[in-house]
Amino acid sequence: MLVLDRVGKVYPNGVHALSGVSAEVALGEIVAVIGGSGCGKSTLLRAVAGLDPASEGAVLLDGERISAPHEKIGIIFQEPRLLPWLKVADNVGFGLHDRPKDERAQRVAAALKRVGLADKAQVWPRELSGGQAQRASIARALVPRPEVLLLDEPFSALDAFTRGDLQDHLLDLWADAKPTLIVVTHDVEEAIVLADRVMVMRPRPGHIFEEIGVDLPRPRDRQSAAFDFVKRRLLSALDRSLNRAGAEPGEEQKAAAGAALWW
Amino acid sequence: MTIVAEGTPANEPAGANRWTRLTRPALGLVLPVTLAAAWEIIVRMGWSTGRLVPPPSVVFTTFVDLARTGDLQRDTLVTLGRVAAGFGFGVVAATIVGAAAGYSPLVRRLLDPTLQALRAIPSIAWVPLFVLWLGIFEASKITLIAVGVFFPVYLGLMGAIQSVDRKLVEVGRAFRLSDTEMVYRILLPAVLPAYIISLRSGLGLGWMFVVAAEFLGASEGLGYLLIDGQQLGKPAEIVAAIVAFAIIGKVTDWLIALAAAPFLRWEDVVRHD
Ligand SMILES: Nc1ncnc2c1ncn2[C@@H]1O[C@H](COP(=O)(O)OP(=O)(O)O)[C@@H](O)[C@H]1O
Ligand SMILES: [Mg+2]
Repeated sequence: MLVLDRVGKVYPNGVHALSGVSAEVALGEIVAVIGGSGCGKSTLLRAVAGLDPASEGAVLLDGERISAPHEKIGIIFQEPRLLPWLKVADNVGFGLHDRPKDERAQRVAAALKRVGLADKAQVWPRELSGGQAQRASIARALVPRPEVLLLDEPFSALDAFTRGDLQDHLLDLWADAKPTLIVVTHDVEEAIVLADRVMVMRPRPGHIFEEIGVDLPRPRDRQSAAFDFVKRRLLSALDRSLNRAGAEPGEEQKAAAGAALWW
Repeated sequence: MTIVAEGTPANEPAGANRWTRLTRPALGLVLPVTLAAAWEIIVRMGWSTGRLVPPPSVVFTTFVDLARTGDLQRDTLVTLGRVAAGFGFGVVAATIVGAAAGYSPLVRRLLDPTLQALRAIPSIAWVPLFVLWLGIFEASKITLIAVGVFFPVYLGLMGAIQSVDRKLVEVGRAFRLSDTEMVYRILLPAVLPAYIISLRSGLGLGWMFVVAAEFLGASEGLGYLLIDGQQLGKPAEIVAAIVAFAIIGKVTDWLIALAAAPFLRWEDVVRHD
């Protein structure tokens, strides 16, 4: 169980990026975090990752306070961030350095196969396409078998076709060990395809504005009426989150139809 | 659900690659070889005596004569030894100081302004002082070479450490690398390409400075051969020494590149999109 207890963040330069974010995420749950640019999504994720710890409140994983990177927590960034001087296989095995060589080789081979890169094991990262590189980066994060996997807009740099492909693939991989996933995204459909629950954030300072449960059977059909219904609700919540007058949930909801994609 | 295969990079045919790799350097030889051949012909035809600018055949004969007496080998070894010693000291000092200044902002703020000021001094200007302090023998020569080597290596390494991609450092942090692991698993490989380049330009300066060092009171070395040729009016000897400099300069540079190549293979890969 991952617990965020009134997490806040003030950067050394005085920017108040996050305030009073509380949430409980069960093991194996998939949570999407959505919101406009600068509303603190990355700040929140980096606090959970222990890369840039919260300045107020606490992040607790199974009761343990997270203040530095933790072996049970993996992170995938927007860019693949593969180390260019390591072959793809060595990149994927990067987190297994303290394991015996044959165990490492075996787990890396299995992971590469799982993400469809078995034939790219001995290739340099520069030779991969964007989608392949991000798949390698997913494999690298999953190989140490994290309990929590954090993803910061992992597919936003990819074309729409590759993006949909990788969303499906991520769910496939998730089904293997069912870690907790927290996915920051800009993309409403991505949030609904992936998540059990979507948190809509709002800036100045960043906080959770509204939570929407996604109670759809998996695999999810993007064309279904139920999908569309959830999408309208989410768009409407996003629309309200933008309203500077400060309408908090429960107030009159505006029609979501045609809500502009403002990011 | 399956992943759709993405476009596999289109590899260039290996044959074409080998062809360009062979012809490209050869193309660079066209001009000097043509000029040398033309000069040889002009002198042979008697259109010029070739006394001040000896034709290639005379330079070659001088080269062979110098080698036969053993002078060339001895002078080359002496010069090579000086460059090796100066390069060694310069690189070690520059690596320590450059790494410290790149890694620690405090050290950088402390040392860098002074070193930048020293760098602004043309290094040859140190010569009288070094001679006064260290005498005219090996110590002052090697010090001068080391000073020449120091600055490019120091600047190259410090700059390379500072410009290591912080996003990759963060990957190291996310995987909980210790400080030493961070150094040899992230910083070292990230810095290596720029460091090798700085070593090569350091070596180039080393060769430049050894000539200056040998101009002042040396009794052996390729630089001495230059002076000797000038004083005795033997231009062929001067050109032979210059050719020797060119060859060992190129060879030593090539040796560094060769030694580094296995570690930099990842850099050579062409990006396919
Ligand atoms: N390292 C930092 N130092 C100072 N301010 C920061 C830093 N990182 C982010 N911010 C500020 O914090 C706010 C939230 O940023 P971020 O978490 O990156 O938003 P998001 O990921 O939702 O776009 C922004 O106003 C941003 O300018
Ligand atoms: Mg962000």
